[in-house]
Parts: sequence; structure tokens; C-alpha cells
Amino acid sequence: MQYLVSVIEQFLPGGVREKETGSATASEAAAIDKFNDQLIAEGYWVFAGGLDSPSTATVIDNRGDELAFTDGPFLESKEHLGGFWIIEAPDLDVVLGLAAQGSKACNRRIEVRPFLSM
Amino acid sequence: MPDAQQAVTRAHRDEWARVVASLTKRFGDLDVAEEAAAEAFATAVARWPVAGVPPNRGAWLTTTAYRKAIDRIRRDQKRYDKQKEAQLLYDDEPPKPLGAIHDDRLRLIFTCCHPALAMDARVALTLRMVGGLTVPEIARAFVVQESTIGQRITRAKAKIKAARIPYRMPSTTDLPARVSGVLAVLFLVFNEGYLATGSDTDPVRNDLTAEAIRLTRLLRELMPQDGEAAGLLALMLLIEARRAARVSASGELVPLGEQDRGAWDAGLITEGHQLVRERLAAGVAPGRYQLLAAINAVHTSGRDIRDTDWSQVVALYDQLVRLDRSPIIALNRAIAVAEIDGPEVALGTVDHLAGTLAGYHAYHAARADLLRRLGRGQESRAAYDEAIELAGNTAESAYLTRRRDQLFRPGNAAAGALDAD
Repeated sequence: MQYLVSVIEQFLPGGVREKETGSATASEAAAIDKFNDQLIAEGYWVFAGGLDSPSTATVIDNRGDELAFTDGPFLESKEHLGGFWIIEAPDLDVVLGLAAQGSKACNRRIEVRPFLSM
Repeated sequence: MPDAQQAVTRAHRDEWARVVASLTKRFGDLDVAEEAAAEAFATAVARWPVAGVPPNRGAWLTTTAYRKAIDRIRRDQKRYDKQKEAQLLYDDEPPKPLGAIHDDRLRLIFTCCHPALAMDARVALTLRMVGGLTVPEIARAFVVQESTIGQRITRAKAKIKAARIPYRMPSTTDLPARVSGVLAVLFLVFNEGYLATGSDTDPVRNDLTAEAIRLTRLLRELMPQDGEAAGLLALMLLIEARRAARVSASGELVPLGEQDRGAWDAGLITEGHQLVRERLAAGVAPGRYQLLAAINAVHTSGRDIRDTDWSQVVALYDQLVRLDRSPIIALNRAIAVAEIDGPEVALGTVDHLAGTLAGYHAYHAARADLLRRLGRGQESRAAYDEAIELAGNTAESAYLTRRRDQLFRPGNAAAGALDAD
């Protein structure tokens, strides 16, 4: 069973990222690296990555006849997806335990969501 | 045959959770378990008066429910194939030594009270799956629409399945937090019964307090080593014991000091005191519920309110304040302090809580009483007004209104004479 573990990035008024560049301070980055190593060692790791700021996003719409590109995020909000892990775990309790460590490591709130299993 | 009806009622109370728990384990699906259990009990209602009450009711119900579940699965084979993939997980390993008894019902309780579910969903799910209350019963008890309760339960079950909330005991590290989550659900059910909110509802809903006690007894039976489960049970028993004396014939709340202690339930008090003593003897630092139970044990010890050992009450609150920084605990401590150091000292403490408790009726009620005792009638009246405005419980409003009006009754020397009005 796979879970998307999202990092909730908060934005200051005016849409400025709380932390200037990238997402994490040096000590946060070190803690995240350590946490990632642990995920790999324990066999939970599937994928992970940090995301650049929403202002670098482009929205693509090719539903109709004409392809359209739009600059910027599809949704303006105070909170954005700052990064994520995809974790393979047997059940929610395991993921919640890992996410608790992840939240500590990156010093941000985290959301856990199961992938749809068909 | 009324005996058979009684047997079904009794079996429902004693066996429902066990049937649901064992079916959930077998089929890995709360929906299937719930439906099959309900069908088995419906069959018992029809069959037992005719064919007689089976000697082993639990086994009969479980077997019948198993058959019903299998029938349903056969009827709905396609759906089952999907279900099998999404089966609830449970631990197949032999139980670790965790208290004396390892029971499927415990898994059921921990699943229903899982912290990833919203509190109102945990409450509804626990009452339905563990308590065996029907959706209309739960809706009535909480004075909400049946469809609301139904949706809460359906949504919770869907999340349990989709997110794979496991059907097993929490890990040893998670256990204390998970147990306290379960206790919070049970205490919420009890409190909703004990101080029912809503202007057109009974001030006390016995069905909810009784159900909370029954489920807490079950938890205590399943986790005999857990001090807080024992503490919560003792607390509920000592509060429940005073039920008959707590609301007057005219529907007004009667405060502890004015209650007819002869109307208290001596059996429940003895049991509550016994549990508190047991916990004291255990020599383990008490948690929140054990301290609250101990405070209630002191309150129910004397023959008269004047016999109350207030210094003991304050000492227990001092311990509690260290565990629980809640302003409500601080408020209750101040009320006890008033009995030792006088209302003026207590009022000083209470006034400090204004920032956090200004929207809480008991804060204003406590202030009103302290101000009354200090002869500050006008301020007392204003505080009673605020308390009445905020009180959600009919018996409590009635009591507060009478106290307020007594302040101004001509000839009431205690307060009225001092008041300028």
C-alpha cells in the first residue's frame, strides 16, 4: 500500500515563502537527509522530492480544441505543497509513525493520504 | 414469551461487541460485520421465542452471523473480490503479554477510536460497533439528524478501509496515547449524558451515561492493568451515584452541598471508592482520571458537605494542575480553595481566568457565587446573568436563575440587603 506524504508549506501574507529559497534551512535539510536514509534502510522509501515555489508553476489545459499554458499555480492559497514522499507501508499506523518523524525532520506540518487502490 | 425477549436483549448487551469483533477479524470488513451481526440478532428475535433460547447464546449468534456474512458475500461475490484486496489488516502473531486478556473487542475499540478519525466520528462509530446502539438511538441521544450520524459512520468506515487503519492492538510505544484517546471518547459520551446540552432535552440522559459506564467497564475488563481506565470508571461511577439527587423534582440542578445524600446510590459509591483505593495501593503516579476520581471520592465520603476534607481536595487539584494546564481545572481548584482560604482569595484566582473562560458558563457561575458570598450583590447578579445566558443545560439554567433571583428577594439579608438595588 502506498501513501502520499505531503509537506505543507506556509506562505506569508503577500505570497512570500516563509523560508527564502529552497524550502529548508541547513539543519532541516540535514534532518530530512537522515530521515530519508532511514526510510530507505527500512524499506519504506518509494520516492521523494522538494518542490520549488508555486510561482514557478505552469498550468496546462488541453481538454478542449486549443492547448493553453498559464503561468502560475492553479490555486492561490496560503498553503502549498512544498514537497512530498511516497511511502510504501502496510497500514496507516506505520505511516503515521513515519510522518510524525518526517514532520519533526522538516519542521513542517504533513498530510498523509492513501493512493487509490483499485 | 417474554423470557426469550429478555434473553435477546441481554445477549445484545453482552454479545454484540464480541460478535462484531470476531466477524471483523474473520472478514476484514466493518460493514460486513455490522450488517451480519444485526441480521443475527434480528434472527434471534424471531427464532428464540419459538425454538427456545439456545444454551450458548454467544456461540449461536456468532455462528448465525458468520452464515449471514457468507450469504451476503455469495450474493455479492464481485464486490467481495474487491473487498478481499482492501481487507482490514490485523496482527496474526500471537498476542504479546499486554495485560491478562487479549480480546478481539479491544482491537475493535482501538480501531473505532483511531486518532486519524474525527472525534464525532469516533464517538458515533464506537457507540454503533462496540456499544451496539442503532443509528436512530445515537441520533436521538445527541439530538442530531439520523442522516448526520449515518454519514459520520459511513465516512469513518470508508476512511478505515481506504487509508488502511489497522485492526490490531497499537504498538507498545503508541499504547498510552491510544488508550487515552479511547478514554476521551468514553468520557465525552458520559459527559454528554450527564450534562446534556439543548434547551428542549432532558437535563440528564441516562442512556448515554449508562452506555459510557458499560463501555468503560468493558475496557477495564480488557485492560485490567491500565490505571487510567480504572480511574475513569471510578470517576463515572461516583458521578453517576449522585444522579438521583442532582436534579430536583422541579427539574433544577441541585449543587453538591444541598443534595440529599441518602438518595445517592450507595452501591456505586462503594464500588467507586474501592477502585480509587485500588489505584492508590498500586503506588503508580496517578493520571488525570484517577485524580478526578480521587477528588470525587473525597466529595462522596462525608455524611454532610461540612465533613468534606477540602485540604485533601485542594492537594489533589494541585497534582492535577501539574498534569493538566486546562483553565477549567484551575477554575475548579479555585472553587475548592474558597472553602479553605475564603471567597476573596478564590475570586482573585478566578478573575485571572477571564481571558480563556469568558465564554464558559461555569466560570460566570463560580464568580457569581463567590461575589454573592462577598456581599457584592450587583456584580453577582451580572455574573449570574452571563452564566444563565451561556448555560446549555436546562436544569443548570433553572438553578442559576433561582440563585440570581434569590439575591434580590426582599428580606434576603444574606445578599439582597447589601445590594443597592
